[in-house]
Amino acid sequence: MRGLSLLLFITVVSDATTDLYVTAASLPPELGVSAAPAVTSPVASRYIPEEYGHPGIALARSAEEPAAPSEEDGESSHHHGGGFKIVQWEWSYVQTPYIIASWLLVASVAKILFHFSQRFTTAVPESCMLILLGLVLGAVVLIASNKQPYQLDPGLFFLFLLPTIVGDAGYFMPARLFFDNLGAILMYAVVGTLWNAFCTGFCLYGVKMAGAIDEKVNAGLMDFLLFGALISAVDPVAVIAVFEEVHVNETLFIIVFGESLVNDAVTVVLYKVYISFVEVGPGNVHTADYFKGIASFLVVSIGGTLVGLIFAVILAFVTRFTKKVRIIEPLFVFLLVYLAYLTAELCSLSAILSMTFCGIGCNKYVEANISQKSRTTVKYTMKTLASIAETIIFIFLGISAVDKSKWAWDTGLVVSTLIFILVFRAMGVVGQTWFLNWFRLVPLDKIDQVVMSYGGLRGAVAFALVVLLDKEQVKAKDYFVATTIVVVFFTVMFQGLTIKPLVKWLKVPRSTNRKPTINEEIHERAFDHILTAVEDIAGLNGYHHWRDKWEQFDKNYLSKLLLRKSVYHKSELWEAYQKINIRDAISVIDQGGNVLTSARLSLPSMASRTSFPEVTNVTNYLRENGSGVCLDLQVIDTVPGAKIEEELETHHVLAGNLYKPRRRYQSHYSRHFMTVGEKERQDREVFQRNMRNRLESFKSTRYKRHKKDRSQKKRKGSDAKEQDTNDKPRRNVSWQDKDPAVVPVASEEDKHDPSEPDKDDDVGITFVARKAPETPKERPKSGEKNLPWKSGMGSLPPCVSVEATKIIPIDLQQAWNQSISSLESLASPPAPPEPQHPRVSTLSRLGGPLRTPAKGKSSGSAGSGSNTGSPSSGQFKFPTGKEEEEEGALSQQQHEMQPLMSSLRPPPPPPPPPAAQSAGKRRNPCVYLRSLVTMPPSGAEPQSRRPTQL
Amino acid sequence: MGSTSSTLLKIPNVEVLMQETGFSPAHIIRLHDRFKALDKKGRGHLCPQDFGAIKELAMNPIGDRIIGAFFSPGKETVDFHTFVKILAHFRPVDKNRPKEPNSPEPINSRSNKLRFAFQLYDQDKDGKISRDELLKVLRAMLGMQVTEEQLESIADRTIQEADLDRDDAISFEEFRKVSPEILHSRCFIKAPVIMLMERDC
Repeated sequence: MRGLSLLLFITVVSDATTDLYVTAASLPPELGVSAAPAVTSPVASRYIPEEYGHPGIALARSAEEPAAPSEEDGESSHHHGGGFKIVQWEWSYVQTPYIIASWLLVASVAKILFHFSQRFTTAVPESCMLILLGLVLGAVVLIASNKQPYQLDPGLFFLFLLPTIVGDAGYFMPARLFFDNLGAILMYAVVGTLWNAFCTGFCLYGVKMAGAIDEKVNAGLMDFLLFGALISAVDPVAVIAVFEEVHVNETLFIIVFGESLVNDAVTVVLYKVYISFVEVGPGNVHTADYFKGIASFLVVSIGGTLVGLIFAVILAFVTRFTKKVRIIEPLFVFLLVYLAYLTAELCSLSAILSMTFCGIGCNKYVEANISQKSRTTVKYTMKTLASIAETIIFIFLGISAVDKSKWAWDTGLVVSTLIFILVFRAMGVVGQTWFLNWFRLVPLDKIDQVVMSYGGLRGAVAFALVVLLDKEQVKAKDYFVATTIVVVFFTVMFQGLTIKPLVKWLKVPRSTNRKPTINEEIHERAFDHILTAVEDIAGLNGYHHWRDKWEQFDKNYLSKLLLRKSVYHKSELWEAYQKINIRDAISVIDQGGNVLTSARLSLPSMASRTSFPEVTNVTNYLRENGSGVCLDLQVIDTVPGAKIEEELETHHVLAGNLYKPRRRYQSHYSRHFMTVGEKERQDREVFQRNMRNRLESFKSTRYKRHKKDRSQKKRKGSDAKEQDTNDKPRRNVSWQDKDPAVVPVASEEDKHDPSEPDKDDDVGITFVARKAPETPKERPKSGEKNLPWKSGMGSLPPCVSVEATKIIPIDLQQAWNQSISSLESLASPPAPPEPQHPRVSTLSRLGGPLRTPAKGKSSGSAGSGSNTGSPSSGQFKFPTGKEEEEEGALSQQQHEMQPLMSSLRPPPPPPPPPAAQSAGKRRNPCVYLRSLVTMPPSGAEPQSRRPTQL
Repeated sequence: MGSTSSTLLKIPNVEVLMQETGFSPAHIIRLHDRFKALDKKGRGHLCPQDFGAIKELAMNPIGDRIIGAFFSPGKETVDFHTFVKILAHFRPVDKNRPKEPNSPEPINSRSNKLRFAFQLYDQDKDGKISRDELLKVLRAMLGMQVTEEQLESIADRTIQEADLDRDDAISFEEFRKVSPEILHSRCFIKAPVIMLMERDC
């Protein structure tokens, strides 16, 4: 069955290809050019001149193929004058796009076919299959036409195919991981490539001298060095293609992959230097030229990087202002990233480096600036393009290998090249690793080295470079081409095929896709914290020290410039998370504040979520989940089945809320870079808690008070500053920033509330010893803070704490009733986990832990009281509307929530706020926002629960 | 080199220490310098306040526990020997260490590292991580956004997951069973903090 469809394909493709070449031949050139707007024009035009000599053959041949209508359509333009035709065959008109589309179709269907058999695809990497398919296609076309229509065209490759792959790789590069391993990557990329290039070049020359290479291979030392340079570079396309299927651990992957990207600069420079040397002739090369070569290397690589970074800044800056034109946001991303590539190419700098760094550099800011939908678009489009380009490259490789006229075989050269690249790669890796391991925190062990040596795949870059050689200057070009093809095929096919079993056999630590268990999650963090602490105690500072410096700089200047004002103060995921938290918290409190078990909390607002289309779920899943190395082109396809929901939920609670260790060696990287803002907050939060704790246990009241005062002063100072920068009405913009300092204080204060003695003992270590003398001192402060709206509230039920009031700026009586009614069900121990609809759980991942339970509850709440739904939704609506009015800050998120909100709006209008309250209303949104952020739920919870206990 | 040996000489029992911990002389000197730097008053031992003076440690959610781990129960001070021995937990596991059947397990063995981590949880030293103990750690490590009930359900879940003998607590054996996976795949315990120092020396 599969064979049959494959055959079908081949015929289709061969038809298409012959068509191209027939029409190219028979078309008047100007028409051919004008009909070829973009991509394949290099290909088409390339073959026009060659074919022009023998249109007869082409036409005759196409006539043999019944499916090919080429004869007529080729002629159609000529027949045009012959009279009016009802239907015309406009092949020449659609030819180029038609062929491109057919190519893409073939490539995509080929992928589908490969994935029919699970067992087959696990054993054979896709790249091998594609090359094989290419070989078959090429052979068919060759046999059919006696002339090979396609070859991997360097222009096409470098201008269109490579950028899509590199762009994808750069943009989704796990930046943290990349920079953590930057030293190793640079080392392997620069030193390793140079080593490979020189050794291979010299040794081949030596072999030639020794006579093992045929006399016909007319090449001198320079030629061999040139060849060595182009054959020595590890190829990003091949590496991605093979390694993503092998799933080695992240560090190993990033090193090999980073190397393959960065060594492009080295290869290109070496290549150019040698070309120019070959041009002037080896005799005329002066010493100065060698230095020029070195200088050129520096200029090319650093220049390329700079160009990339400049474009990254431009891109980030542009996306700052796209709020009104969301639709073209993704376009900006593609255009500017691509322009970075082209610009570098224009100045003959390293385009790959430029694009890579543009991607790495802009990712953080762009992702924060653009909307969630745009993010999804960018992601899908990039992955699609990259996947297609990769497919085409491999098919092309196969096809171009078929044409024997392009290459000449010499066994000696081929064999010795193969041996040399393998041997020198291994030697280079071992030597460099030995050196690097002196410095690396986590040394690369022997198994890693084996995989790295073995993973040195050569690919399309080498092939394109060798095809680019000028036969006039490099006499042995045909031999080099043949050797390159063999090397590429050997590395991609043989090594690609065997690397998986090898990795299995060597028991290389793989990257695990499965979710870590809760235990691991917790212990992992704990271990990280431990190590961090031990480092602090031992007084070490290295790489992380500078990282911190950079982050400071980033926070103070770069982010300010490149991020939207509204985003600047909050990292994007954090923001989304907060928003959802807020919404849920409102409903929770509306319902009596009791519904928060980690497993289920039911919010009326969540019900509408289930109606979200499946795609959203997948995307969200990806977004949540994309923390690992996410260069996997297939990543989009992996939709997990419904798992154990509760575990996932708990995982998300943990993942979202665990303090991130300040230094993580084995970070699992988050593509969305939410850590910066969070870190800051977290550090302060933890600092605060710890200091407090320590102050108490570490005696000396005077010392304590002194320190406390100082920190308080600091806090005040920062508060004041903030107020300066953001004028008053905007306070809600900075709410999230203000907070951590205030947080513990306020919450503790509240807990200390004399009216609530019973909760004390399970408050936890950090809160236990709280009899701090400064508490009373502080209280006025926080009281003052709360007072305005407190008074606005009118008389409060005595037992409702300040915090709770802030959050429920509606009719308290009503909330009260609800809470009481909902208490009945909650008074009993937390209900056993009910099975959740898989989709709900998927959805829940979007918002982190809090939202998950939403659905279950909504159904529950419907049962518990018909009243419950309406006030909460009214409540929910109120602040958000307000928000929008006051500041567009959150509107981005809201924009996306639109469907949700609209579904929420219809329900009965919110109860008219009491007169007293309306006075305070203007401030309320920010108030309640802030209070939610600042107030730890753990604090809020006992309070809102208090009614029950009373 | 002369200064090296003279510094070493100042440290009592340095030979024994090196043998026990596996630190090189350079390590010991480095650690000694650090020890002296921490010991601001020059008393020859450290007390909790000395650790508290390390600014970064205050940012560490479980920093206090780690400080606590340096002090054996009832003691208010830690001398250089103990200090080094504790730090020795964090040396990378040396694979090439000759295996002598009679020699005691090295401090930096995997299980000793685990035990160190375990005792950070197990504050009452009863050999089990109870639910309360776990809760306390979680509370320290989790951000402010997590509610008490969420905390509790996480703790329950964690214990349930690891608890093989159904005593509602995690024993060291159970702890060890749930941990190897992490150790293996992410090898943080392996992360050779002390290696770094080699560079500085």
